Amino acid sequence: MGIPLTYNLRNLSVRRTTTALTALGIGLTVAVLLAALALISGLRAAFASTGSPRNLLVLRKGSTSELSSTLTEETYRQVLYAPGIAAAGDGRPLVSLEIVTVITLPKPGSMSGQPITLRGLLPAGIEMRNLGLEEGRWFQAGRRELVVGASVARRCPAARIGSQLRIGNSDWDVVGVMDAGASAVNSEVFADLNQVAGNFNRREQFNSILLRSDSETAVPGLVESLANDPRLNVTAQPERAYYARQTASGAPLQNLGIMVALIMSVGSSFAAMNTMYATVSRRSSEIGTLRVLGFTRSSILFSFLIESVILAGLGGLVGCLLVLPLNRVTTAVGNFTSMSETAFRFHVGPEIMLAGVVFAVVIGAAGGFLPARMAAGKEILTALRET
Amino acid sequence: MSTPVITTRNLTKHHTRENFRVVALQDVNITIQEGEFLALMGPSGSGKSTLLQLIAAMDRPTQGDIRVLGQDLSVFTPHQVAAWRNAHVGFVFQSFNLIPSLCALENVELPLKLTKLSRQERFEHAETALKLVGLADRMHHFPRQLSGGQEQRVAIARAIVTDPNIILADEPTGSLDAASAKEILTILSRLNQEFGKTIVMVTHDAYSASFSHRTLFLRKGEIMAPYQKPA
Repeated sequence: MGIPLTYNLRNLSVRRTTTALTALGIGLTVAVLLAALALISGLRAAFASTGSPRNLLVLRKGSTSELSSTLTEETYRQVLYAPGIAAAGDGRPLVSLEIVTVITLPKPGSMSGQPITLRGLLPAGIEMRNLGLEEGRWFQAGRRELVVGASVARRCPAARIGSQLRIGNSDWDVVGVMDAGASAVNSEVFADLNQVAGNFNRREQFNSILLRSDSETAVPGLVESLANDPRLNVTAQPERAYYARQTASGAPLQNLGIMVALIMSVGSSFAAMNTMYATVSRRSSEIGTLRVLGFTRSSILFSFLIESVILAGLGGLVGCLLVLPLNRVTTAVGNFTSMSETAFRFHVGPEIMLAGVVFAVVIGAAGGFLPARMAAGKEILTALRET
Repeated sequence: MSTPVITTRNLTKHHTRENFRVVALQDVNITIQEGEFLALMGPSGSGKSTLLQLIAAMDRPTQGDIRVLGQDLSVFTPHQVAAWRNAHVGFVFQSFNLIPSLCALENVELPLKLTKLSRQERFEHAETALKLVGLADRMHHFPRQLSGGQEQRVAIARAIVTDPNIILADEPTGSLDAASAKEILTILSRLNQEFGKTIVMVTHDAYSASFSHRTLFLRKGEIMAPYQKPA
């Protein structure tokens, strides 16, 4: 058995100011890392919850995004009667032809406004996305009406119910706010397909088709049959997979955050090292006494290393507390696939906080090793003489 | 008192300090019997503390050998020396050397952490040791809450808690007032007479030395032979 943990814990509590300041320094480093991880976690959650497992997104062959895909109405009519497609309650195939474009909405504090995805779609598209209404009603066919995602309504005061937006040469009325849960659809604006096509003069050019397979197990077969149909020249992929790939839009921010955190961690390691060197120096005669009592060099090393790790672990907890207010805070990041902003919520979950504490422990171990080794290396008589 | 527990033969210790060689001990030959209470006296720098440190295997001799409880510690590994010291030697320092962040009971319990005793057994042993030195009512006090004499009594309790064969005391009364010093010396004397502990005590004080069976005098690292009056 080694030196009791009580010894380390009590010594940390005796020097409260030093302990607090070192823990705070490490905590700030951990908070930066956790913020970066929370960002990507929230982004992943937004995209992962977008889409249904039975939905397939059909794009022109060779296109990697809806914006770069061009489909005709003829393609839509051919896909409409493909085998393996689920039917709505009234027997209609669940297939939605869609136009996707980017509009700019006024945003407070921004001269350039906020780029938002405008999606023109058929009623089947709303049904397949399992959307609810937070406020108002769905748009009516034949009318220039918009339903905005909940995130859009929150972040753009100009896009609230009852307001009118100028899109192209027309004025559109905002009649509803849709609730898509945590998914990326909350960052889009929906409207009637034909009205959008007319507004943008795109009666022959559509972007994508969303359809629903009649079962999850039939999805791979449907994907293959659509891709192999020479008349169609399309590819189909699960809707979830399409959105999951868009998580990469957060990668630059995440990588920046992690890099900053790593650089800060070097400083924090030195802070921990400095604190522990001072500790070892101050407790030199205690080290000598412990050696006289029979504790070995390795138990001395382990004890001081543990103390550094505990100190850093406290910093990890401080970092978790500092980053907690970010949890569920909504923000947006530029999406390179849709060329618009995607709103998401920071997600500070237990696994992220655990990563923060582990990161802090590594900082503590790295910073505490050399001082602990110095403590263990002291000769008994030298240690006893130092006060 | 017939079994030797400590024997030295030509024991020599040199220190090197900033390119100067200092002779701490030179050809010391002594035998200490089991159950003996020996005092080591001499001026500062005479080698008293060095001899104590060599007995406790806190340092290694430059030349000669030393056997404690029949063992030549120079062949032990550092781990073995530490374990041996924990089991067989109790050390009492002039400045008590208690751990400030631990209470009296926890300080006394410390050496037992290296044994196989259970938590409950360790606490019982520590309590017993504190009662022996008359501090049963101060078990949960921290060193800063104790007087100098009380701190040294806790230190003695810590030194005896593992039931060592030998107690080494380096000026145990050096930091104490006369009354506290007498208390400490009385405890040491009792440990020797009632419990048969072999005690080697370094002291500057003749009164302290009077508690011992025998006094050895050192000067410049050598044992001084007692003066023989001419017949």
